[in-house]
Amino acid sequence: MSFRIICLAKQVPDTRNVGKDAMKADGTVNRAALPAIFNPEDLNALEQALRIKDTRPDAEVILLTMGPARAAEIIREGLYRGADKGYLITDRKFAGSDTLATSYVLSLAIRKLAPFNLIISGRQAIDGDTAQVGPQTAEKLGIPQVTYAEEIISLTDDEIVIKRRLEKGVEIVRATMPLAITVHNSASHCRPRIARLVMQNKHARSVTELQAETRDYTELYQSRPYLQINEWGFEDIQADVEHLGLSGSPTKVKKIENVVLQHKATQVIRTDQEIEALVKELLDAHIIG
Amino acid sequence: MNSVFVYCEVTEDAQVAEVSLELLSKGRKLANQLKVRLEAVIIGSSKSASIAPAVFPFGVDVAHIASHDNLFPYLTLPHASILKHVFEKEKPEIVLFGATSIGRDLAPRIASALKCGLTADCTSLEIGDHTENRTQREYKNLLYQIRPAFGGNIIATIINPETRPQMATVREGVMKKEIFNPKHKGTVKKIDVNSILSDNDFSVSIIEQHIEKSKVDFKNSQIIVAGGYGVSSKENFDLLFQLAEVLGAEVGASRAAVDAGYAEPERQIGQTGITVRPKLYIACGISGAVQHRAGMDQSAQVISINTDPNAPINAIADYTIIGDTAEVIPKIISFYRKNSK
Ligand SMILES: Cc1cc2nc3c(=O)[nH]c(=O)nc-3n(C[C@H](O)[C@H](O)[C@H](O)COP(=O)(O)OP(=O)(O)OC[C@H]3O[C@@H](n4cnc5c(N)ncnc54)[C@H](O)[C@@H]3O)c2cc1C
Ligand SMILES: Nc1ncnc2c1ncn2[C@@H]1O[C@H](COP(=O)(O)O)[C@@H](O)[C@H]1O
Repeated sequence: MSFRIICLAKQVPDTRNVGKDAMKADGTVNRAALPAIFNPEDLNALEQALRIKDTRPDAEVILLTMGPARAAEIIREGLYRGADKGYLITDRKFAGSDTLATSYVLSLAIRKLAPFNLIISGRQAIDGDTAQVGPQTAEKLGIPQVTYAEEIISLTDDEIVIKRRLEKGVEIVRATMPLAITVHNSASHCRPRIARLVMQNKHARSVTELQAETRDYTELYQSRPYLQINEWGFEDIQADVEHLGLSGSPTKVKKIENVVLQHKATQVIRTDQEIEALVKELLDAHIIG
Repeated sequence: MNSVFVYCEVTEDAQVAEVSLELLSKGRKLANQLKVRLEAVIIGSSKSASIAPAVFPFGVDVAHIASHDNLFPYLTLPHASILKHVFEKEKPEIVLFGATSIGRDLAPRIASALKCGLTADCTSLEIGDHTENRTQREYKNLLYQIRPAFGGNIIATIINPETRPQMATVREGVMKKEIFNPKHKGTVKKIDVNSILSDNDFSVSIIEQHIEKSKVDFKNSQIIVAGGYGVSSKENFDLLFQLAEVLGAEVGASRAAVDAGYAEPERQIGQTGITVRPKLYIACGISGAVQHRAGMDQSAQVISINTDPNAPINAIADYTIIGDTAEVIPKIISFYRKNSK
């Protein structure tokens, strides 16, 4: 039996390049208007999984992502770096999911991929910084969790030792498996793409992507079936519609406000004389000194 | 209506953590508005059995206390099992957690188990009503969970109309710690730990802990010199430390500066960092994104040093020095030396 690691990865809008049309009127994110990237901490998570694979020939790394059709890009990116397989969980019914609804969907997909040894996710996704999906998924699966992992120190068939990075220092814990781990950004960077794997996987496509292709992939896929990116909708994971999307999300956005800055009459300072005058003023007022 | 609950973190020396006391102060106000009780859940070692008098002055009506030597230091599963047990029985209206490495580990597990909503890193909490557009259904006295949202200059108000409890996490420093009434009397409810916990709750164990005292002290700093991405290099960031040294200030940073490696994560100020209220805040090469302002807009005076006269931060600054931080900071240092005796 293989040692199965399921890596949770999310495609996120690059919040470092946000424009004005980033939000839709209903308060959800307008993903189409933004460049999409592999959530940075999910790359740290993938690296931890790949390191296990480096040392264990029986290890198998499966990438799991829930998102729109274009999130298949994440899976290709993972294959280029050494993941074995990927599953894209996508359905219109998932749109508008908050973290609870997301963890519900992910936990159903994971159950379908059971038995597994480890679930490795990022600590948090940069679009919301909630850090909720990892622990919420663990709870739904009824397995323990180790959050903020920085390094996997040792691993045997039944025990794993992990170093955690906390606000106030570090902690080393021992845990049994199956286990969910969330990985902190202080963990090692992910290895780059590997040329051989890029060559091997660059034609990997999900069903939806294949439909949009002009080229006929039938023959290629017959000889290299592994190129098929698995795509599951809500029926494949037997989800209860009640628990999906906006209806399955207890949190609602009541309103979005553009913050109006209460403009202070700022005093603009440009010259050295003015800087010196400011320093004197602050000294006189005993704000400094 | 049911109570407002606060999960209280317990420190090394069996005290209630600052962030939890801040949340109790906020929780008391929410409870008053809703005319309900404020209850605390305190889970710690046997030393914390007598901790209740420390929380009553904050207006706690009921302190649920679980004390056992297995319960400190914090482990996810035992704390989660106890909370689930208490909340399933007490059915809280609202539950607040500190947005600490403990609160952010624990709260999502509880939300997942109770199938309720959870909003991370709130910067403000209020009580208000809501009418659902589609159904015209009215909801009274919901918890408005307010936080800067994704990207630009946006503040979102999040609500949980249907599910209970309404849960939120809040960072340290965001709410003000205030004694409610030094003579306030509450009752203690002991939680029967042994009947709740099983061996499965201890499948993760701590082998070693290195607690490092934080080098950064914002609480006792009247002046903060904070640097952003515009500081442009780690070398330039050293100038901020020099200025701080001269002024007796602490050094803070924006998230972009932390991400760029100019400063350590514990210096980050803002929605997902620390909230500060100094006498003077000197923002060097910081644009003033809403997530950053959430952590510093209570500063008494703000000086912005920025090459861009239109940077949003300037709008909340008392003084805007237009210029490159690498040139302006040495000037401030020398003018300070020249003019102070
Ligand atoms: C969920 C979430 C949570 C977040 N939490 C936080 C948080 O807690 N804290 C936080 O700070 N951010 C947070 N952010 C990020 C925030 O949105 C901004 O991206 C960040 O604050 C920008 O940092 P900055 O002002 O240093 O960089 P920039 O926005 O890049 O601004 C740089 C500024 O420097 C100026 N400049 C450039 N060169 C010079 C020079 N030589 N001299 C002087 N000025 C110069 C520029 O004019 C500009 O105004 C969060 C974002 C998200 C999505
Ligand atoms: N839609 C998703 N698909 C796959 N993994 C996800 C998804 N959303 C969140 N995750 C995982 O959960 C972590 C925490 O996300 P968040 O709670 O949104 O901050 C991320 O770093 C991912 O590893």
